[in-house]
Amino acid sequence: MRVAIASGKGGTGKTTVSANLAVAWSRLEEKVTYADCDVEEPNGHLFLKPSIEKTEQIGALVPEVNFDLCDGCGKCGEICNFSAIVVLAGKPLTFPELCHSCGGCSLVCEPKAIKEIPRNIGIVETGSAGDLNFVSGKLRIGEAMSPPLIREVKRAIPANEHAVIDAPPGTSCPVVEVVKDSDYVLLVTEPTPFGLNDLKLAVEMVRKLNLRYSVLLNRAGSGDDRVHDYCRKEDIDLIAEIPDDRKIAESYSRGELLVDALPQYELLFKRLVDSIKMRFKPIQEETIR
Amino acid sequence: MKIIITATGTNLESEVDPRFGRAQYFLLVDTETEEILPIDNDQNLQAASGAGIQSAEAIVKNEAEVLLTGHCGPKAFRALTSAGVKIVHGVEGSVKTAIDKFKKGEYQFASSADVASHW
Amino acid sequence: MLQNSKMKEIVIISGKGGTGKTSIVASLAALAHNAVVADCDVDAADLHLIMKPKILHHEDFRAGYKAKIDPEICTSCGICYDLCRFDAVKKLDPAIEANNCEYEIDKIACEGCGVCSFFCPEKAIEMETPICGELFSSDTHFGPMAHARLGIAEENSGKLVTLVRNEAKKLAEETGIDYLFIDGSPGVGCPVIASLTGADLVLAVTEPTVAGRHDLKRIAELTRHFSIPMVVCINKCDLNQEISNEIENEALADGVKVIGKIRYDSAFTKAQIAGISVVEYSNNGVAEDIKQLWNQLEEKIEAL
Repeated sequence: MRVAIASGKGGTGKTTVSANLAVAWSRLEEKVTYADCDVEEPNGHLFLKPSIEKTEQIGALVPEVNFDLCDGCGKCGEICNFSAIVVLAGKPLTFPELCHSCGGCSLVCEPKAIKEIPRNIGIVETGSAGDLNFVSGKLRIGEAMSPPLIREVKRAIPANEHAVIDAPPGTSCPVVEVVKDSDYVLLVTEPTPFGLNDLKLAVEMVRKLNLRYSVLLNRAGSGDDRVHDYCRKEDIDLIAEIPDDRKIAESYSRGELLVDALPQYELLFKRLVDSIKMRFKPIQEETIR
Repeated sequence: MKIIITATGTNLESEVDPRFGRAQYFLLVDTETEEILPIDNDQNLQAASGAGIQSAEAIVKNEAEVLLTGHCGPKAFRALTSAGVKIVHGVEGSVKTAIDKFKKGEYQFASSADVASHW
Repeated sequence: MLQNSKMKEIVIISGKGGTGKTSIVASLAALAHNAVVADCDVDAADLHLIMKPKILHHEDFRAGYKAKIDPEICTSCGICYDLCRFDAVKKLDPAIEANNCEYEIDKIACEGCGVCSFFCPEKAIEMETPICGELFSSDTHFGPMAHARLGIAEENSGKLVTLVRNEAKKLAEETGIDYLFIDGSPGVGCPVIASLTGADLVLAVTEPTVAGRHDLKRIAELTRHFSIPMVVCINKCDLNQEISNEIENEALADGVKVIGKIRYDSAFTKAQIAGISVVEYSNNGVAEDIKQLWNQLEEKIEAL
């Protein structure tokens, strides 16, 4: 099963939860992959300290025009909705950074003057951290298109393994790209006005995508009861709480895993694995029936 | 010669619009007769992205040889120069003043974009 | 359009989330007395919870395209299904569906490229421009504010960011206000680039953690890429003194100055719960830290 860890806002402890959940799960004698899909700011490696076995350059397809074949008809410019190719004075001009790789220009080109070539948008690293399989994507600086890179990170997850997927913060397109085909989503939040406001957005997103989810409250006790009240009112399952503890913040600051630095939390995360499985199981049975 | 000036209105007294891609109007001016044909840029003003490139397309379609504007980003600059359009940026004041200054040869054509890329 | 040449645009960004960026922006707005604020963190907009804007004007934000198949015209030839690179054309079970159309567009997956519509032999697919969010221009007790709400699962946040910035600039010009503070989004991708381009100064808010340090480097690379001067503020600086010092040294080596250090203090959370800025909530050390930051920042802005 694939569990995505998401949160409406950043800094709620999404990476902490993902990394520790993945490690705790792998210590239950199961094959697990940790996949960092927060490709703009991938931080999982700071805590898991994996050994990287393979680094792959990821390219998004963009048009290349062969001017010997081009007859200047202008159809490529007409079909492109992103201004990534325009025909000026009978000559096509490309803006690869605006290209969404739809392939329209090359399809529409009758003299077959347009070839699609890969443009580097980032890298995917694969390796391992102990028994844990590790995959991470990293967007090139100055690059705006993250969804194609996210797709490649997901593709690098072994098919028959459990996976914990660290999603980017927010609720916009890259997040949807990460969570949409996961089996279960954990929404991480904190008991503050910002935390609740952003949790509501995240809940709206998973509901819209029709995904199974529950909420994990981090830094419980640091704010007030508004997240509890909201979950009760909306009948949302609050799956676990991680207390507000300066020791956690300090161990996080050093890049340590909670399951190692503060062993009492290993149990919390192992229980969390069980809780997720319990919630996931009934649906599997339902589907079979 | 046909030139295009970005403007906030449609006549000689209008101010030069400092924006290129998202200018209110493009004024197609015949420098000999000072005849003005205003082109409403409403569509690009609202455009989500690629406004500069689409505006460049409009300039080229109208067969202008020179563009007078406030600022021009790198994508639009590349599009315009590749089609042989010369660009003057940093143009201010009224359209009339801009035309006069251009005719007196007081402007220099730009060799690169003057603002960073917009998304 | 009038140009306020004195106007200075300062973007506050943080790389990773949770560094206290939004709380700091609200405090800076309170201290500056003379600033327009733009919440460009449209994905997780929280600034309004502190600034409590009175909305004066709002409009729908439409962007991009989404395909729509007309089942009355569609002959289920499947060309769109074959051509779509985004898996946005879904095959329906003809046994279940009432009509004879076998395909449907998944609006969330649709990239809006229009290839399906272009190649549809029956002209059964139309491209529509959807409403993706709302844009607001408001008044607050600190001054004017531009903000937005992005629809759930919507893309184009980079474009909405540009609209919010332009709205804020308009407000600054109308009111003759010299400072424009932009609360930028996290990360280094499209929305961040949209909030950065053309800014006069970047204030990067970080925290002394391995992740904060790592992300600050990515942010520094980004601002260098766009040639925008940057200064740094370390929030929760006493959480890990060692990393705090390392961040400062590394920044200095890159020619970037740390102009503010704010102690780890529960006042950040408490002020948020009270719905006010930290400098209004507290008078003690942490408020002093933020005032120091503002003094340094103001000097830096004046020197631009």
